[in-house]
Amino acid sequence: MSTTTADDFHGHAHDHHDADHKPGFFARWFMSTNHKDIGTLYLIFAIVAGVIGGTISGLMRYELREPGIQFLQLWAQYSDGPGATLDQAYHLWNVLITAHGLIMVFFMVMPAIIGGFGNWFVPIMIGAPDMAFPRMNNISFWLLIPAFLLLLGSTFVPGGAGNGAGTGWTVYAPLSTSGSAGPAVDMAILSLHIAGASSILGAVNFITTIFNMRAPGMTLHKMPLFVWSVLVTAFLLLLSLPVLAAAITMLLTDRNFGTVFYDAAGGGDPVLYQHLFWFFGHPEVYIMILPGFGIISQIVSTFSRKPVFGYLGMAYAMVAIGVVGFIVWAHHMFTTGMTVNVKMYFTAATMVIAVPTGVKIFSWIATMWGGSMSFKTPMVWALGFIFMFTVGGVTGVVLANGGIDDNLHDTYYVVAHFHYVLSLGAVFSLFAGFYYWFPKMTGKMYSEFLGQLHFWVFFIGVNILFFPMHFLGMSGMQRRVPDYTDALAYWNGIATHGYEIMAVGVLIWFVNIIYSFAAGKQAGDNPWGEGATTLEWTLTSPPPYHQFETLPVVD
Amino acid sequence: MNRRINAFMMAMALGLSALAPSAAVAQAEAANAAEQAAPAEPAAAANATAAPAWEYSKPVKNVGQPQEGEYSFQEQFTPTGHYAAWMHDYVLLPVITVISLFVLALLLWVVVRYRRAANPVASRTSHNTFIEIIWTAVPVLILIGIAIPSIDLLAKQFKPAPKDALTVKVTGYQWYWGYEYPDNGIGEYVSNMLPAEKALERGEPRLLAADNRLVLPVGVPIKLIITGADVIHSFSVPAFWVKEDAVPGRLNEKTFTIEKPGVYYGACSELCGARHGFMPIAIEAMEPAKFAQWVKSQGGTMPGDKPAEAAAPAPAAEGAQPAAATNAAEPAAPANATAS
Repeated sequence: MSTTTADDFHGHAHDHHDADHKPGFFARWFMSTNHKDIGTLYLIFAIVAGVIGGTISGLMRYELREPGIQFLQLWAQYSDGPGATLDQAYHLWNVLITAHGLIMVFFMVMPAIIGGFGNWFVPIMIGAPDMAFPRMNNISFWLLIPAFLLLLGSTFVPGGAGNGAGTGWTVYAPLSTSGSAGPAVDMAILSLHIAGASSILGAVNFITTIFNMRAPGMTLHKMPLFVWSVLVTAFLLLLSLPVLAAAITMLLTDRNFGTVFYDAAGGGDPVLYQHLFWFFGHPEVYIMILPGFGIISQIVSTFSRKPVFGYLGMAYAMVAIGVVGFIVWAHHMFTTGMTVNVKMYFTAATMVIAVPTGVKIFSWIATMWGGSMSFKTPMVWALGFIFMFTVGGVTGVVLANGGIDDNLHDTYYVVAHFHYVLSLGAVFSLFAGFYYWFPKMTGKMYSEFLGQLHFWVFFIGVNILFFPMHFLGMSGMQRRVPDYTDALAYWNGIATHGYEIMAVGVLIWFVNIIYSFAAGKQAGDNPWGEGATTLEWTLTSPPPYHQFETLPVVD
Repeated sequence: MNRRINAFMMAMALGLSALAPSAAVAQAEAANAAEQAAPAEPAAAANATAAPAWEYSKPVKNVGQPQEGEYSFQEQFTPTGHYAAWMHDYVLLPVITVISLFVLALLLWVVVRYRRAANPVASRTSHNTFIEIIWTAVPVLILIGIAIPSIDLLAKQFKPAPKDALTVKVTGYQWYWGYEYPDNGIGEYVSNMLPAEKALERGEPRLLAADNRLVLPVGVPIKLIITGADVIHSFSVPAFWVKEDAVPGRLNEKTFTIEKPGVYYGACSELCGARHGFMPIAIEAMEPAKFAQWVKSQGGTMPGDKPAEAAAPAPAAEGAQPAAATNAAEPAAPANATAS
């Protein structure tokens, strides 16, 4: 890709007075228009949301550790008051699954991978001083705060059988309309609206930035693959989120203003909601994983000291995944009673996605082939990503078959599948990117030992956590239940142990962060050596407050 | 104590799902519960409006329910289930296992062979058109290989039910199932989850056992008409490879043929509110002759014997009269069935 002639940015040291003039604390962090500061805010926000969402999954795994209801009723006292009934406890379960899904998707992965790393590194990688619309960037971030507070607040207001929105992250009608009285679901819908608006603004910003603010010589076909991935992702956001907004607006009017879009009794159709939701929802899963692909490409290239193999194929594979991702949505709806022709079409179309995904996997391996590989923490996470994403991807091929899905649909097999591509895919890419860019963002090196330990503990934990879920699903354990028949106890118990191991891994990560800030070595401009060729490594660590006041020229 | 008293049965048929069996009467063990119905009647209810009892069979431990520590699908008991399980076990699983191990092997190979110590100077190779075509084309061929049985499986699953198929209407409610046999004049009865103690007492799995089962004949094509009454539910029986959503305002159709008598369990598989995890599906599959007896015991008729029923109710079907009397719609149903 791009090599650079930007050596003279260090020359800016003498006029740091201009480039590094930072506003006061409040103005800097609450009124920020600086892409790096906003990126940092996004990352902090994502970590906070991730801890909350991860804790919720811990509560669920703890309840599922053995058959029967152990803790739910106890916990329900905190959301529904003392003397919570069993139904309120069951409702709390649905609130937990809903919150876990929404938080992890909208408030952890997306803010971290697009808002965080995208904001931080897209402008730098294309040689731009900032995002195209810095103030819009600010509102993109700050919209997330009320959105998140609305979602958390919904837990404490009535939502049907108990407090909170218990509809699942999919918010299917009519459970979310006639089935959930009270303001909780309205609050959750409003939360999604605001988070969606935030993402649309962010998408507009990225598209404009990437198309208009590339440094001289930085053609589209020279852009680093991470920038490509964010560009494709931004288009997916821009095209899919308005559909979600429309779908949930109709939910709101069905709930509050007497419309019947999704009410069969009035001529509406509950399945219409699912079509609209998944027209957004399927691109959404690529929104979460495509920037991860980009991060992995940068890391694999850096630590193999080789340019990415098949650069154009890699870029257009992401474009292909984005395009095809829009025409496969109904594979989430195989059991809703579609006709045989529709089911056959969505089976075939879904399998097509495996082709560009395979191109990516093999190109990463080919990038390493013939390379001179070092196994620093980011690279270890990237290698873990490639294998785990493959495992999650191939179970996707199984589920793509409409006839096979008749058994696996809405079982733990599906839970295993999407956690392999997200919790072991997107999250691995997040950790990989975190370790890769932490020295650049902070100027400090993390502890290599703790980073490796974090990887191995986390890797073992999530595999013990999620692999048995394939077996549970094949046995017939359905999703979204707080209790299960006794024969399913064995694998559920093992999965809960996996969670415990994974949680230790996350603790090691936090220790590493604290260590790095307290005692981390100075990173230097480029801690990764000759393999790191993108523009961010030509800057100081951390980069100056305003970089590229003189635009770099790319060969 | 796998015994049903008549009053309870009747209450179920009337949809009084909350009514619990108040006086379970111990009866002699007998396979044909229809014959046992008469002695039970006086003890159960004086007004004799109760439907006859039926003794359900006991489930077999490794059939129709999950097994401790298993890592495969439940054993299948429908032709489409066998086909689908074959496709998974002998096509998909080998393919995805080989692909995963292939990727793992390549990763391990590059990690060992191209580590910095072994290969200090990286090559600059970044293109190879031939290999890029290969790794695009080969997956396409693999996917075509998967798509052929996959499309075939779909075609088989969607094969329309023959005219003589048994139609059962399945309705999902928050949070129980309703089963209705329009061909047989059996009005809707509801199926609730058995409390844990009751299930264990009867030797049935907790959370999967239901008070009233969906009774189906083996070897006969079955057409389920599935709908939802309030929110979306999903009717799912893993041992039949059957899952179909119960959507309000829609009548979804699912056709299958059960191969062996037995008890098969499933559960609601679409989030439907607080007690989503507590609305099991329990299916009792039996030989057609026995099924006919069951139909009679419930006050229904088999399509063939309709005229005889109309002329003079068989002695075994005493309960049919009061049942018909309480539900005016019922006598019409068998007539419709014969007309079709």
